[in-house]
Amino acid sequence: MAKLIRFIPLILFIALGTVLYRGLFLNPQALPSALIDQKMPRFNLTQLGNEKVNLSEKDLKGQVILLNVWGTWCVYCKYEHPYLVDIANSGRVALYGLNYKDDRQDAQQWLIDYEDPYQFSIFDPLGKLGIELGVTAAPETFVIDSKGIIRMKHVGPIDGDVWQAKFLPIIELIEKENGIARVK
Amino acid sequence: MGSLVLNKFILILVTVLLSFSAGAFISDTYTFKDEVTEKRYKSLVKDLRCPKCQNQNLADSNSAIATDLRREVYELLVQGKADVEIVDFMVKRYGEFVLYRPKVSSTTYVLWFGPAFLLLIGAIAVIVIVRRKPIKKAQTGLTAEQKQQLDHLLKDK
Repeated sequence: MAKLIRFIPLILFIALGTVLYRGLFLNPQALPSALIDQKMPRFNLTQLGNEKVNLSEKDLKGQVILLNVWGTWCVYCKYEHPYLVDIANSGRVALYGLNYKDDRQDAQQWLIDYEDPYQFSIFDPLGKLGIELGVTAAPETFVIDSKGIIRMKHVGPIDGDVWQAKFLPIIELIEKENGIARVK
Repeated sequence: MGSLVLNKFILILVTVLLSFSAGAFISDTYTFKDEVTEKRYKSLVKDLRCPKCQNQNLADSNSAIATDLRREVYELLVQGKADVEIVDFMVKRYGEFVLYRPKVSSTTYVLWFGPAFLLLIGAIAVIVIVRRKPIKKAQTGLTAEQKQQLDHLLKDK
């Protein structure tokens, strides 16, 4: 028994070491979003393409809604842009943009220079809606269901792998729910 | 005497430099209606963590999001919101992560009580070890013969 006690420090050391070793491989940037399963926050902002058009959360319509936070200053937004065009063309989801902390002219030009994949973009120069959504930087993409509930948030750019791994499962789930709702 | 003056000079220099750097962190300046509000602002941005820059609070960070959140804190203060409401506002949007003083809940028990618990274990361990092996009294007393020798040695000096 006394011999066993001698090993307690070693056992504690191994336990602590294991915990800390695992910690080395966790991504500290991965924050759980506080908004999952919450309603899309209310907002009242103008449309990027037309400052006379006021938009609210009710204007985001679709079976599955994607809200993509972007800005002309954001490098990774350029990277994910072709994927967004593909996603928009697939017609499976309704893709909306949230132009975050940007200049209206620059942003409009950006959409002309590249291609506008969005149904429309919400213009949020002060990042007000961004704060409501807990956005920390761009790009971020929210998946919202037809009832206006935020179901998933992805921080960082979208590409083929991310789409397969993170987006398709939740989109399929929402589609299934909507299908079941229709049968009822 | 010269070194005393130099010391004073260094002290003043350090004080001035430190006060300078402390003021330089927050680039945006807000005006407050009274000192209490300003104090509340300062303590809030000190205790709220910047969600993007991980190990900085809102006061220390220069990132865009920290600037925005400082503005948000300021605006909420102007609106007359209580500190608790402002903290709740942030937690609702960015999660418990933004709190440098996490709330006491089942997930943070380890954080709050872990150190005290470990200290307790340590204290118990020390008590047990000390009790189990009472220190044998070291033989400090000299024998008569040794005393004589010692006196002899001291006298020689």
